[in-house]
Amino acid sequence: MTTFQPVLLEAVGVAGSHTLESYRSRGGYAPLERMLKENQPADVIELVKSSGLRGRGGAGFPTGLKWTFLPKDHPGPIYLCINADESEPGTFNNRILMEDDPHQVIEGIILSAYATRATTAYLYLRYEYPLCWDRLQGAIDEAYAAGLLGKNIQGSGFSLDLYLHRGAAAYICGEETGLIESLEGKRAWPRIKPPFPAIEGLFRKPTVVNNIETMACVAQIARRGVEWFRSIGVPSDPNNPRDPGSYGPKLYCLSGHVERPGCYEAPLGITARQLIDGQGGGVWKGRKAKAVIPGGISMGLMTEAELDTPLDFAGPGKVGCLGLGTAAVVVIDETVSIVDFLHNSCRFFAHESCGQCTPCREGTAWSLRMLERIRAGKGRLKDLDLLAEIGNTMGMMPGSTICGLADGAAWPIKNAIKKFRGEFEDYIKRTNPSGWMVTDPVPALQIVGAH
Amino acid sequence: MITTQRILTPEMVAQIEALAPRYPNRRALTLPALHIVNDCLRYVPFEAVVEVAQLLGLAPAEVQDTLSFYAFFPQDKPSGRTRAWVCRSVSCALRGGEEILDHICHAAGIDPYGTTTDGALTVEPAECLGACDFAPCMLAGKTLHKNLTKESAEAFVRDARSPVGTPS
Repeated sequence: MTTFQPVLLEAVGVAGSHTLESYRSRGGYAPLERMLKENQPADVIELVKSSGLRGRGGAGFPTGLKWTFLPKDHPGPIYLCINADESEPGTFNNRILMEDDPHQVIEGIILSAYATRATTAYLYLRYEYPLCWDRLQGAIDEAYAAGLLGKNIQGSGFSLDLYLHRGAAAYICGEETGLIESLEGKRAWPRIKPPFPAIEGLFRKPTVVNNIETMACVAQIARRGVEWFRSIGVPSDPNNPRDPGSYGPKLYCLSGHVERPGCYEAPLGITARQLIDGQGGGVWKGRKAKAVIPGGISMGLMTEAELDTPLDFAGPGKVGCLGLGTAAVVVIDETVSIVDFLHNSCRFFAHESCGQCTPCREGTAWSLRMLERIRAGKGRLKDLDLLAEIGNTMGMMPGSTICGLADGAAWPIKNAIKKFRGEFEDYIKRTNPSGWMVTDPVPALQIVGAH
Repeated sequence: MITTQRILTPEMVAQIEALAPRYPNRRALTLPALHIVNDCLRYVPFEAVVEVAQLLGLAPAEVQDTLSFYAFFPQDKPSGRTRAWVCRSVSCALRGGEEILDHICHAAGIDPYGTTTDGALTVEPAECLGACDFAPCMLAGKTLHKNLTKESAEAFVRDARSPVGTPS
């Protein structure tokens, strides 16, 4: 097997990699200039569609297909929003792309705007990334000065303005309609769909929302071609006509209890074990993994025995996880109490639930209160059933919420209780020897702020 | 209450107006305007909310509605000169992030969300800062502090509170 050569991350560690000069020297913007001259927007859509690129933000929706949902012959304006609100715990691949190779992202944005006929693009950047802000603004200024942004780009007649928009530390702004509401100056409450953003999105105009890594992939597909992209990854399942496959390179963020945390580029379909033992140098301190998050905390947990699961779009679902998500792999070693892990997860979602849908607002807050109670030595076995009930009833899948935040909150609860129930029961019996069997209602320990 | 003193300076208004051509309506300027005020004052008092609303042609309640959603903009008093966010999400927590938060608060003599009496430092718990490769980490102003230890956390508090220190 030949060693996989990173493409999206090729510039990481190169001095001055964030500058236009460096990006040009690596062949950057030449594909854009060629396509603006020789290709129509429909050709770019076709290119991305035939590459099989699926959105890298978490949901894995085919990017080219998303673009085709825009109304034909719309008088405009059409908006392109770039989602850089990367807030999923464990995820930092977009940060690395923006810090070390912002022009790669911008080339992808210009190509995507050309394909979708958008003339204004907003890049919604989370507040927590000040270095990304400086690097991106510097790169945007360079691109304007070089005639790669602005009016009549490279004499093609195509014009595009790209603006940075700063978030204010809210996880929900990563949900695409929450992002749109936030950009419009409102509280970031996700919208009921339909209408989908492609029909009525930002400022009530047709809108496409794409992730940073997706944009970098578009730039690389334009440079290296569809064949290259489709030669990497996992082909679609011939027995499942609805499986679009998992093509291309992917940035995996490895963190937690590994020897070498970091962002690593690998073909889609690498297993969690290969990633942890190879790139990650193994579980730290010679310990064993107890559990591994496959793609950001909202995707749930894999057990040690499930680590040979391929991390492609279809893989984690086969072991009961929510999906590949952001491909942020977090290793939890054998010394960690699963109770503490779930408390951390529930605290995160109780803090980040936007409060719009009752099942999520109440479900996340009450699950946190129950975990606090369990950790205070007042847990009962009945609490595990109550937690499982919350997990099974809040979310888009049971049909009780507007957006997927609640599904993401529910999955760690469901996975943890299903896969580690014995440990929860032992913990509860050990810490509450006189009360673990009680089934009467009990008052909550304390009120927890929901946001 | 009638105040003659405006909170928004002409410079702030000019910064906000410079962004206006980017958006098809003025409501979209809400978040950028609040950031500009917060960057200058380290908080957004109610009087500033009213002035932002006037500037954007909105009701003060509309601006306050947006502002209060984010739990980001202090309204009662300014943040410390350095606002430190200590990550407590999963990757940092696995590597001692919560202990670092306790340690920093202890060293600074404050509770989480508190500000030191000299106004130098505010410490807040943060959800994932997107720097899990450097866990446990902290964002203080624009500076990301990586792979924190008790020693580096103490040094940070000392520097932030030092009168000659350069707040990041």
